Amino acid sequence: MTTTDLTHLRNTARRAPHRRRTAGRWFVDTGWRHVVAIAVSVFAVFPLLFVVSSALNPNGTLTGSNALFSRIGIDSFWRILSDPQNPYLRWFGNTLLVAGVTAVASTLMGALAAYAFSRMRFAGRRFGLITIVVIQMFPQLLGAVAIFLMMSAIGDVFPAFGLNTHIGLIMVYLGGSLGVNTYLMYGFFNTVPVEIDEAAKIDGAGHARIFFTIILRLVAPILAVVALLSVIASFSEYLIASVLLIDPENQTLAVGLVKLVSNPRYADWSAFSAGAIMAAIPVVALFLALQRYIVGGITAGAVK
Amino acid sequence: MAQTSTASRPARAVAPPSPGTVRSLLVKIVLLGIVDAISLYAVFMLVLQDNWVVAIVVVAVSALVNWIYLSRRFLPAKYLTPGLIFLAVFQVFVLLYTGYVGFTNYGTGHNGTRDQAVNSLLASSLQRVEDSPSYPVTVVDRFGELGLLVTDPEGDAFVGTADEPLSRVPDAEFDGGRAVAAPGWTSLTFQDVIARTAEITALAVPYSDDPNDGALRTPDGSNAYRYLSTLEYDASAGTMTNTQTGVVYSDIGTGAFVADSGEELRPGWQITVGFDNFVRAFTESSIRGPLVYVTIWTFVFAIASVALCFGLGLLLAITFQNARMRGVKYYRLLLILPYAFPAFLSILVWNGMMNESFGFINQVLFGGASIPWLSDPNLAKVSAILVNVWLGFPYMFLICTGALQAIPEELTEAATMDGARGWGVFRQIKLPLLLSTTAPVLIASFAFNFNNFNLVYLLNNGGPRDTTTSLPVGHTDLLISMVYKVAFTGQNRDYGLASAFSIIIFLIVAGIAVISFSRTKALEEIQR
Repeated sequence: MTTTDLTHLRNTARRAPHRRRTAGRWFVDTGWRHVVAIAVSVFAVFPLLFVVSSALNPNGTLTGSNALFSRIGIDSFWRILSDPQNPYLRWFGNTLLVAGVTAVASTLMGALAAYAFSRMRFAGRRFGLITIVVIQMFPQLLGAVAIFLMMSAIGDVFPAFGLNTHIGLIMVYLGGSLGVNTYLMYGFFNTVPVEIDEAAKIDGAGHARIFFTIILRLVAPILAVVALLSVIASFSEYLIASVLLIDPENQTLAVGLVKLVSNPRYADWSAFSAGAIMAAIPVVALFLALQRYIVGGITAGAVK
Repeated sequence: MAQTSTASRPARAVAPPSPGTVRSLLVKIVLLGIVDAISLYAVFMLVLQDNWVVAIVVVAVSALVNWIYLSRRFLPAKYLTPGLIFLAVFQVFVLLYTGYVGFTNYGTGHNGTRDQAVNSLLASSLQRVEDSPSYPVTVVDRFGELGLLVTDPEGDAFVGTADEPLSRVPDAEFDGGRAVAAPGWTSLTFQDVIARTAEITALAVPYSDDPNDGALRTPDGSNAYRYLSTLEYDASAGTMTNTQTGVVYSDIGTGAFVADSGEELRPGWQITVGFDNFVRAFTESSIRGPLVYVTIWTFVFAIASVALCFGLGLLLAITFQNARMRGVKYYRLLLILPYAFPAFLSILVWNGMMNESFGFINQVLFGGASIPWLSDPNLAKVSAILVNVWLGFPYMFLICTGALQAIPEELTEAATMDGARGWGVFRQIKLPLLLSTTAPVLIASFAFNFNNFNLVYLLNNGGPRDTTTSLPVGHTDLLISMVYKVAFTGQNRDYGLASAFSIIIFLIVAGIAVISFSRTKALEEIQR
């Protein structure tokens, strides 16, 4: 940001004497930029305004939601929280549980793998890295049939890990997340100087101590990014969750809320909107607070 | 950054380089103990179910895990094993298993072995034998599995479950001529029987190993009656005969018993059908047609989405790259919101707004028009891309902003010196640089949109439905949602065909990825 700002300042300073600040000039220089920015901002924001307005509308239907902010109340929030047909709080809790455990476990697993690939030299290292990337090209979604059949078979042996269980869903997510996470973190681990490990080794620290007490702290930014991306991914994941979680009280927000508006004509649209707002607020807040790091993390992996 | 503080930390711990302190040893023992306990239980259950192959695999894997962690060698393996086990089971095995299922007729009516099909056919056609004696029974339970403890007319006790035929229990407890308890089984109390009535009345315990001997069923939990099947199974000839109509159904290698008239008994069983599913996909016109146009649409959708998101993102990035521009921070916040809001929710919101008769867009923006945003085949495609651009442009905006800032300003200056004008500089210098740095993101984004299940499924359920085909496919379905629908919706779930589709998609995606990766040489990074 700073370097470009400076060069722009330099450029504009150089041209300044030739410039009369007329309205036409202003439009050519920055005015059109505001026009574009406002137009796209309206496009970006109006669906969100619509959902906020409809959540605040005590009326239930889709038609009733069209007059933006015509009525304001919080009835729809109570409706979604107290509807026994749609156990919203259970869904919320399930989602937090699944997303939280998946994020922590998959980040830790990815970090372990990335540490091994980054710091150790062993036979099959290069092959292993490439294999992980290639296997990842088969998206788990495509294997939904096989996953469903496998989980129902596992359920015959281990009812606690099979179909319709959160542990089962988490295990599936963990299997699908390893490749991307390892690859993202591997690059970051490489930027931590090896000298730190060596110094610690000389001081008598074992590999586990170095990993858990030194390296994990130094790579904390990428751990946060990977964990957050994982939370967002499992928060929004619909296909596998809908295939594996059968009972309404076991489902996640994605599966439950989709069912809630499966027929928009009859759905309680305001209650859905209220549920959507409550579900989105933590994610949006987390995202906005950490967006700088997220973008850094994504681009560090891709744009070199 | 935090290097100074961490560099001083190890100085505190001048412990000898022992392989593990007592605490870490304890942690290791506890974790290995948990793994071993789970494996042991799994092996026990698998052996009970006669599933020897999987049991041996479980034993081998847990032995390997113990060896890796108890040995002082294999340091990298200690770090890689947890992840690799999950990767092996839920990614590699899933891939292989998908391949296997693609070569079978697995699906509705074909989801078990031949023996299971025979048993379930005989069980489903059971009829009570008139004037049969009544057997006093006690309902018993073992690990949640229900069984019947039966006293036969001679006064001997037998026990059996839905899967295990009656076998003699030598040391049962009797109460007034009725067996009431057997070792290893928990007898259900009256309340339990009431609570599990549905399960108990559905229970049919085979009378003997020969399925033609029928089964015992109890309507009330205290007396059972003999039931015989209206079908008779001839194991040597492999045929089913309906004893009432006399029709003979025989196994002609299609995974079901078929009568001469072509009538099939359901359920059938699972068989390997070779390339049948693939042949069907490419030759049966009611399947080939959808497969072809869905593939074309998938490409159009993915390419259009990436191009439009990138275009809009780049336009915004350029718009904001100006020192005089005020309020960039606020615009940026507004523009990022679609990316921060959970996608599945915003897709559902768009679904509501695009509703033809009640939606916000028609009712308010177009003043009560009834534009079929989601119900006209062509307009639905436009809508899908529009919503996807809404979801995706903020990401490209962030990426392009970063990439533009990474281009040194000196390049622009040098080009300006050489006489290039604004647009020329951009098109000939910045754009190529930008495209080469963002290429991996564009490829990843293409791959993501190629399989963007949530968007098409939640926006419009892939609709409007195509009525000209037998498959449950709509005009905006992508390959991935077509697989989902073939496998999990509709009257006939066809896991075999769905898996065959999955493999075809995988080959397409892998082909594209290999070509594009070899072009951009993004893999060079890890070949250092």
